[in-house]
Amino acid sequence: MSDITEPHVVGRRTPRVDGVDKLTGRADYTVDHRLEGMLYGYPVPASIAHGTLESLTLDAARAMPGVVDILHHGHFPDLHRSPNSIRQGDAVSEVRLPFEDDRIHYHGQYIALVVAETFAQARAAAFRVEARYHQEAGVMTGLAASDDEGEEVRHYTRGEPELAFGIAPVILDETYTMAAESHLPLEPHATLAEWREANQRLVVHESTQGVFYQRNALARIFDLPPERVEVISHYIGSGFGNKLFMWPHAVATVAAARMLGRPVKTVLPRQQDMMTTGHRPASRQRIRLGAELDGTLASIQHDSLTETSSVDRYVDACGGATPSAYACDSVATRQRILSVHHGTPCPMRAPGEASGVFALESAIDELAVALDMDPLALRLKNYAHRDPQRGLQWSSKHLDRCLESAAERFGWASRDPAIGSMGDGDEIIGQGMASATWFAGRQPCAAEVTLRADGSVVAACGTQDIGTGTYTIVAQTVAELTGVPVERVEVRLGETRLPAGPLSGGSMTTASALPAVAAATREALAALKEVATGPGGHFAGLAPAALDVEAGTLQADGRQADFAEILARHRLSGVTGEGSAAPGDERREFSFRSFGAHFVEVRWDPGISRLRVARVVSSIDIGRAINPVAARNQVEGAIVMGIGMGLLEGLDYDPRDARLINANASDYRIPVHADMPEIDVELLDYPDYRFNEFGARGIGEIGLTGIAAAIANAVHHATGKRVRDLPITLETLL
Amino acid sequence: MRTFAFARADSVARAVEHRQAEPGSAFVAGGTTLLDLVKLDVMQPSRVIDINALPLTTVERLPDDRLRIGALVTNTDLAYHPDVLADHPLLSQAILAGASTQVRNMATTGGNLMQRTRCPYFRDAAAACNKREPGSGCDARHGVNRMHAVLGGSRECVAVHPSDMCVALAAIGATLTLHGPHGEREIDFAHFHRLPGTTPHLEHDLDDELIVAVTLAPPLMPLGTAYVKLRDRASFEFALASAGAMLSLDEDLIGEARLALGGVATKPWRCREAEALLAGKRADTAAFAAAADVALADAQPLAHNAFKIPLARQAIVRALREAARRAGEDAT
Repeated sequence: MSDITEPHVVGRRTPRVDGVDKLTGRADYTVDHRLEGMLYGYPVPASIAHGTLESLTLDAARAMPGVVDILHHGHFPDLHRSPNSIRQGDAVSEVRLPFEDDRIHYHGQYIALVVAETFAQARAAAFRVEARYHQEAGVMTGLAASDDEGEEVRHYTRGEPELAFGIAPVILDETYTMAAESHLPLEPHATLAEWREANQRLVVHESTQGVFYQRNALARIFDLPPERVEVISHYIGSGFGNKLFMWPHAVATVAAARMLGRPVKTVLPRQQDMMTTGHRPASRQRIRLGAELDGTLASIQHDSLTETSSVDRYVDACGGATPSAYACDSVATRQRILSVHHGTPCPMRAPGEASGVFALESAIDELAVALDMDPLALRLKNYAHRDPQRGLQWSSKHLDRCLESAAERFGWASRDPAIGSMGDGDEIIGQGMASATWFAGRQPCAAEVTLRADGSVVAACGTQDIGTGTYTIVAQTVAELTGVPVERVEVRLGETRLPAGPLSGGSMTTASALPAVAAATREALAALKEVATGPGGHFAGLAPAALDVEAGTLQADGRQADFAEILARHRLSGVTGEGSAAPGDERREFSFRSFGAHFVEVRWDPGISRLRVARVVSSIDIGRAINPVAARNQVEGAIVMGIGMGLLEGLDYDPRDARLINANASDYRIPVHADMPEIDVELLDYPDYRFNEFGARGIGEIGLTGIAAAIANAVHHATGKRVRDLPITLETLL
Repeated sequence: MRTFAFARADSVARAVEHRQAEPGSAFVAGGTTLLDLVKLDVMQPSRVIDINALPLTTVERLPDDRLRIGALVTNTDLAYHPDVLADHPLLSQAILAGASTQVRNMATTGGNLMQRTRCPYFRDAAAACNKREPGSGCDARHGVNRMHAVLGGSRECVAVHPSDMCVALAAIGATLTLHGPHGEREIDFAHFHRLPGTTPHLEHDLDDELIVAVTLAPPLMPLGTAYVKLRDRASFEFALASAGAMLSLDEDLIGEARLALGGVATKPWRCREAEALLAGKRADTAAFAAAADVALADAQPLAHNAFKIPLARQAIVRALREAARRAGEDAT
């Protein structure tokens, strides 16, 4: 790559370019944004999970100070449903429009939106709205309370898995369950809607992972041309998947702003954020393994059931990683969904696979115990050197290196496999491990880069930075190709006025956006070279191809001119390049995935039933890390989230009526600092140039896969108890 | 949140007058319970009386050597007070096992005595709760009740008293000074919190009064103490079961023992029968286990919390063991 200048910025540990803005409060998160004359919306949640809304009594609420209006079924505009198409870019999280009818499908569903002059006034009035319901029999409180196996939505088969299972000398047939989990982003969902130009133009600030999806969906719902809708999301206080697609609060808020002729902002309170904007659905998975006596896998069958709501059909595909996980000729996965009276679930960090890998990697550990084999050796025994699902070569796979390196740093060789054998005072040490994996994908992306008269550069792309560091890696990419320092690169993201960028999801942003940014940067440099070699230019008469780019200058024949000088001589404010990138034919030749290994040590004090994760050692193969400091941060965060999944997190629905009773950040437990173990993350550096020119695959999700299994496997080693239900609460081990 | 009147009291007498003038009023000190519950519409005071300006912020040693703690001494200041650390380490240990640094910096001694249950049905204005709305029923009894009480519950209420500090006070023994319209009176800490019975909304023995001080009983000597708190996560988490233990040792034999439980009962739970059983016994696992059996003899599990009985037993045995070990170290 001749146009990459030294020293490298891509691949270097780079402090976040937006760090100071975040630290000083300049970063404009949606919840902080204010407009002149703005009103505040506060939704009123249904207090039942299944039935109809019989009546609303609004007099007391309407009489409260500052109340402007109360929207509800019967007092809400006729809108259109979004077609909900991923392909057309108008997918939404819940197709049903707010206040569409009087049906109640889940606890917390909005029955009204109070709009008032201040947030406190709106909230006070919301508490005074009185609702009468008709609660219906037949409430579905969750899959744990039901034998219903739901409806099959997907299946995959290769070979003869049932036959192979039937004749295998060693078999395993176990069921694994996981409670529903909440995303709990620091910034709750929020919408600020403003109509302009006699309601012909709509500007929406939203805490979203996909400004273009929301723009297109709003255009459909409010029947506007997409170009008359603008969605802005400069900063989002994380999402973990529940801000990918629009939720009903945004529709209600936009409608309120149009009805009232003033901007309206709705910030969901934590309780409602947890009730109405998605969660990882609960799952029940059955794994059947058949193996030869030497550990060779003969059959893998993975049957999954996940919950969806009664208003939508969300599929959390647990078996996604299974067909390519191990070299095994006979594999089947089946996915079913069951409709329950909870809010609609949605993707949550490593959707489907985080649950699926827990079940599969627990089962592999159980098989190792049954075979009296080291679980690491069993994994290497069945190592998939090619992708067994598609029969293709991997673009770049170094899982073996991950397993070996992490094992060595962890000290796996000195583990005594006998249960409860490693004591330390009152405590017993347990050690377990599991593999991690996540697919590598790309989405189409466009970008625009302008070299400006003052020597700075601006790069623009309509993707988002969801807190992972996208601003920084875009700046690094431009700096790499231009030699302009990172501090002089301005990055604009999170607006639909910018060139169309992808959702921030699926760990695809890096691999999708950077090639487009690079293409646009090269176009801008080409434009500058044209100018410089044209009449009156610094390099007049030379061929543009004869010029080199170095440190913000063009050079040839021992002469150089910096970008600003060139632009000044031609009285130009700047030159702009547009670029785009999309996945190509590489998928016909190669399979693309990321890989990793987690080794976990738990400490179990049987005298007081206390279990804590003491140590996690991980090695992750994600190709090239563009910004290793941010990449490592993603894996560390995912490990902490995995400890939550393994030991703490679960949404509690009342078994009588499906009301969600722990919708707050105290009763829904996530790890706190004191729960965090010593974490040692290694990022292997094997650039995957078959995937893109930067060799980067993506890092947001993979760290979460496998952690819960490694914890459960360590718990077994410490206690002798095989826990197949997450979270592993202390009463299970008592 | 509903609007309320706000008054700032500049003397204890004025605070009590404000309160008496308006029956729906509430005192606010650190606000760590009240403000949360007002925002959830669970508490709806018509007037909030700010008592933070009152001169109740010191820990003094009385002529008889007991410690008298002003009601506005923060949890943080109390936990690190040198006299508390010297005389009553159990109190410090229990306070520091609770909440977070930020909450402890705001929360006060009097407020901690008044803190309300974490029962999710109490905190959900749409649920049935006899404590929040007398006569409405108890959704916890047949709902999700993993966190609920196995001791001291009634048909009407099984909500746990959430305080760690109060477990230590129960073990140590204390006298509360209350100031009301008719002047000051003193009551035994053991009688301050009420069992729910048929009136779970009446939580304290208070009659338009303000707590002004907590006076601690004299310490046992030589003393070993331990507070063992068992919970789902390592910090910022209420107890599933906790035990506060104090022991004095005479050679290998237990002189006097004190034991109180948290996380399992509807009020801070002193285990007097278990204490009596321990006195004069050899400080060993058999004695600790026997004490735990006695302490939990009356425990009544609900659908999801039966594990709290063996868990509390573990907390008791470990706390007594650690207290005995420390008493032994102290003696040598």
